Amino acid sequence: MQLAVNIAVLAAIYALVSCGYVLIYRTSRVLNLAHGELMMLGAYGLFTTASLFAGYPLLAIATSALLALIVGVLVYVLLMRHMAGEAVLAAVLTTIALGILLRGTIILFWTAQAQHPIRALGLTNQSIAIGDAKISAVGLTLIVVTACVYAGLYAFLRYTAWGIRMRAAGQNPLLAAQRGIGLHRIYALAWGLATFTAGLAGMLVACDSALDQTMATIGLKAFPAALVGGLDSLLGALLGSLIVSASEVLIIYYVDPLLSEVVPFIVLLAMLVVRPWGLLGTREELDRV
Amino acid sequence: MSQPRSSGYLRTRYAQDWMLLETRTQRVGFALFAACALALPFFAGAFHLDIANQVLLASIGAVALMLLTGYAGQISLGHAGLLAAGAFTTGILFKEFAAPFWVTLPAAAAVGAALGVIFGLPSLRLRGLYLAVSTLALHFIVIYLGSEYESKRGFSTGVVIDPPRLGSWTLTDARAWYFVLLAAATATVLFSLNLMRSRTGRAWRAIHGRETVAGALGISVQRAKLSAFVVSSTLTAVAGCLFAYYRGFVSAEAFSLFLTIQYVAMVIIGGLGSILGALLGAVFVVLFPYGIEAAMKATALADRLSSLIFAVNYAAFGLVMILFLVFEPKGLVGIWQRVQAWFLLWPFKQKPVGK
Repeated sequence: MQLAVNIAVLAAIYALVSCGYVLIYRTSRVLNLAHGELMMLGAYGLFTTASLFAGYPLLAIATSALLALIVGVLVYVLLMRHMAGEAVLAAVLTTIALGILLRGTIILFWTAQAQHPIRALGLTNQSIAIGDAKISAVGLTLIVVTACVYAGLYAFLRYTAWGIRMRAAGQNPLLAAQRGIGLHRIYALAWGLATFTAGLAGMLVACDSALDQTMATIGLKAFPAALVGGLDSLLGALLGSLIVSASEVLIIYYVDPLLSEVVPFIVLLAMLVVRPWGLLGTREELDRV
Repeated sequence: MSQPRSSGYLRTRYAQDWMLLETRTQRVGFALFAACALALPFFAGAFHLDIANQVLLASIGAVALMLLTGYAGQISLGHAGLLAAGAFTTGILFKEFAAPFWVTLPAAAAVGAALGVIFGLPSLRLRGLYLAVSTLALHFIVIYLGSEYESKRGFSTGVVIDPPRLGSWTLTDARAWYFVLLAAATATVLFSLNLMRSRTGRAWRAIHGRETVAGALGISVQRAKLSAFVVSSTLTAVAGCLFAYYRGFVSAEAFSLFLTIQYVAMVIIGGLGSILGALLGAVFVVLFPYGIEAAMKATALADRLSSLIFAVNYAAFGLVMILFLVFEPKGLVGIWQRVQAWFLLWPFKQKPVGK
């Protein structure tokens, strides 16, 4: 039972992070390897707003979530816009470089010490008993938030004009542009939303445990989840997160805790050998250097 | 190799097609460079000698990655994993069997070649992004195996290796290391330059251009891809072995993802598709942190940020990489060619029409 709860919490983390990979990839065909760092930035943003608005935890969370959205749009407008139409390698490397830049800047601003934003917010992380298993309050919030985010994204992509435009831009940018869809705006929105969800994930993870440089690793480990499910399918990301987190938790428990760093990547390799485009992804003509 | 020249260079004998250095200017320039490189250790202090050695070590790895990414067009994010494989082969053979360097070096090369096949197999099905991701996954697996060895055998901080020994002579002196590494780097560069002029090299460039066309021309795409991976990772593993001996120490932590990124940055900053680019990139990336440190000392920021130097390094490195990717995708070689063209064409700005 405890294992199932652990799997659910980890799957929620991975799902919340990996939907950002999917959003950006399915809209602009760019793999964002700075996602972990953006997630970390969101968490540090919460840490700062928490001390700014001491006593108003909700205000602090809302502000930092909004900040994450703005940062995402800025990343696109200032940086990734220049990489539109470039080779895949160049775009991916730009995001890697952005990740390094962010990581350095974060240490410069907030030092490399572990921080605890939940204390700065003035909240406590109680553990709640479900049957014979325990779940932390933040862990439960994480699951709820992930469910809300996925439901929200589904509704957004399905029913709103902007969501439909986003799907159109992902399916065929040329046709979409000729129908009068501003691609730059759509891409910027995708980056904003992706960073927003990454920021949410970062904040919640930081509240559940602590906040330090290792958070970027979680971002990187969520990437296999996105790919296993199919890089352009949100439902796939959810499914992939479950598969990756289940195998990770079970292997840590039954085999060897040291393996936790590699399990997602082993799952990823297995998937790449069998179905490179993922469980629910569309099969595409894969691009060259 | 085509270079901008101010006057026509006409080959009159077939033998001239084979020359690496074609004109007298090139030969004189190269002789001067070689003389400087040979004289350097007699003037440089211990600190500068260490940097020079690092540059030479990095240049072997950078040339190897250039062969794979710059020429054959296969993205790899597993370079640090391959370096680690070479280093750990050396470390394990030394610790378990007390093997001398003339056993560990070929063994590292063999492990590199075997890993090259494994790293290369996904490339037969995957391209571009997906290939990059699969090599990234392999990187994590190799690093995991290395750290598993460390923890299982109780070398939790790393494996210590004695310097290589030949008879009663041991290779410990930094100056001796410089010449060994210089020879290794020169051999790598010569090998690569010649390989690129051979059938294999042409096949690699063809699959980089377009796989379908290369296949239609009778090139076995699978074989070309695999051979690119095998050659590149063999060279890389040898570099890893040399690295292990040079440092005298192997630890999984030294081969982080950041090292991979540094090597990729060397190739990108240097300029894709040029051996010279790989060398320039290696020099740039290795000297970069020292440059940052010097700049911080000069602006008196060093005292305030002394504990954060590595963070400044990170940030500045990311920034420089972004600047190169956005504004100078051809890298240092692109800048160098533009400078050359500027002097050749002066006082004109552009090439005459029709040339």
